[in-house]
Amino acid sequence: MGSKRSKLVARETRAFYLFLSPWIIGMILFTGGPLIASLGLSFTSYDIVKPPIFVGFSNYKEIFSDKIFIQSLKVTLKYVLGAVPLNVLGALVLATFLNQKVYGLSVWRTIYYLPVVTTGVAVSLLWSWVLNPDFGIVNSILWKFFGIRGPEWFYSERWAIPSFILMSVWGVGGPMLIYLGGMQGIPTELYEAAEIDGASWWQSYIHITIPLISPVIFYNTVTTMIGTFQVFIPAFIITQGGPNYASYFYVLNLYKHAFQYYHMGYASALAWILFLIVLLLTILAFRISNYWIYYEIRR
Amino acid sequence: MIGLRGKKGRQKFTSVFLTIILAVGAIIVLLPILWMLSTSLKDQGQVFIMPPKWIPNPIRWSNYPEALNFMNWRVVYRNTIVITILSILGTLISSTLVAFAFARLRAPRKDLLFLIMLSTIMLPYQVVLIPQFILFKTIGWVDTFYPLTAPFFFATTPFLIFLLRQFFMTIPIEMDEAAIIDGCSYLQVYYKIILPLSKPALGIVSIQSFMNNWNDLMRPLIFLNSASKYTVSLALANFSAEYGMTPWNLLMAASLIALLPCILLFFFAQRYFIQGIVITGLKG
Repeated sequence: MGSKRSKLVARETRAFYLFLSPWIIGMILFTGGPLIASLGLSFTSYDIVKPPIFVGFSNYKEIFSDKIFIQSLKVTLKYVLGAVPLNVLGALVLATFLNQKVYGLSVWRTIYYLPVVTTGVAVSLLWSWVLNPDFGIVNSILWKFFGIRGPEWFYSERWAIPSFILMSVWGVGGPMLIYLGGMQGIPTELYEAAEIDGASWWQSYIHITIPLISPVIFYNTVTTMIGTFQVFIPAFIITQGGPNYASYFYVLNLYKHAFQYYHMGYASALAWILFLIVLLLTILAFRISNYWIYYEIRR
Repeated sequence: MIGLRGKKGRQKFTSVFLTIILAVGAIIVLLPILWMLSTSLKDQGQVFIMPPKWIPNPIRWSNYPEALNFMNWRVVYRNTIVITILSILGTLISSTLVAFAFARLRAPRKDLLFLIMLSTIMLPYQVVLIPQFILFKTIGWVDTFYPLTAPFFFATTPFLIFLLRQFFMTIPIEMDEAAIIDGCSYLQVYYKIILPLSKPALGIVSIQSFMNNWNDLMRPLIFLNSASKYTVSLALANFSAEYGMTPWNLLMAASLIALLPCILLFFFAQRYFIQGIVITGLKG
């Protein structure tokens, strides 16, 4: 009996690793392997043609004294600090509205989510045209209805980042839908009980809705932060980092070093710094989350 | 009674008020897309008229064939479709196998492996990009579709694996046990029980995978060189440079056509987009 059982266990273990084998191979070839390889490359000088030469920490030293790197980090942080709160809070407000008794809920939900499914080059081209200083619709509306001469948007050093932030807010429907899912999962009995106790709408919102969706707020903040940090397509298509490096985002800098100048070692170091920043932000977010997230089951 | 009616009246007022706000917001959201449509039907002269007219006169439908022919649509759409289909197929096969292992089978060190898999969700793609490029260059895969498709056959979409695993967990484990006692192999449990019961999850994975590949620019930009291998994204990115200027009307026509599959997919499979959120357990 005992041996039969251990045979079954062995069979299940064998099956587990067989089913897992695509992932194990993928991990070695395409994910974990390259992650380690790029760490190794970051300590070399490598141009693809000649074999890599070990250079110690000199790539990292060079990076931190590189004005363009500092600029790319600044620009990216400015973008993240603008886009994340606007998207996370904007989406929360929108979802709150949609979660009330409103007419045509599914119509609004569909419209707000539509920009989320339209991404990539086409959307960057679209926004480059919408915000065209001379013939774009935004400046034309600003002039016609408000008598305001609109800014130069993507063509202005001052307005380039706000333009990208504005463009990112168009995708607010993504986090909005996730909030809405969370809000609709809250049992209505909680609100009924609060109403019997004489709680106002605002009180139930602050003491029931917000605590119960706090894990969702956390999730949206982390994913939006990581996503915005890696912005690439809009900058590549619309401004190529300009004017005067005003929109020279981190990943654009990385891309140029790797695939235009073939500084593979240097670019690998950039990639690893990006990895560490993202990791740090994630860990930080999880740390902070312990203080303000409400979990139904206390751990 | 009066108090009750007052409350109802107030509620109705709030509903109308919020609906108006949402409607105004919706118009603002739709404005860029309508603007795109409007521009795509204008001739060169009308594009630069200030103030702009929303309804072009005359309506130039010929912008569409002109833009599509200029971007060599037969080639770029065929390429994009081939790449996207292969990627979806690879993702579906490999990620369901792996998710099955994580959701239904017991083995030593499973928790550790699962944790490793989860942690790769956060991994920025740019970190693995350079070694991947060197690998593909070494084996002569640059300027072929393999770098864009082959990795998906090896479960390189951890978030989708997680989503599938969450879905598989909701199927009662007794079904597997009964099938195993009846003499089924694990592979049979996988494709006779789990897969048929997971159609909604497979739909979500296919859609996500479609969106990720149809719109991607960075990987085609790096791995493809010759014009005969171009994807829609690459053709759009090069449109102005090859035209010698920015023909906004043609560019908007080409962009709208590129977005159309995503928009149509969204309208016809809306519930799959929404369900994905529910399955991963992102509820309050």
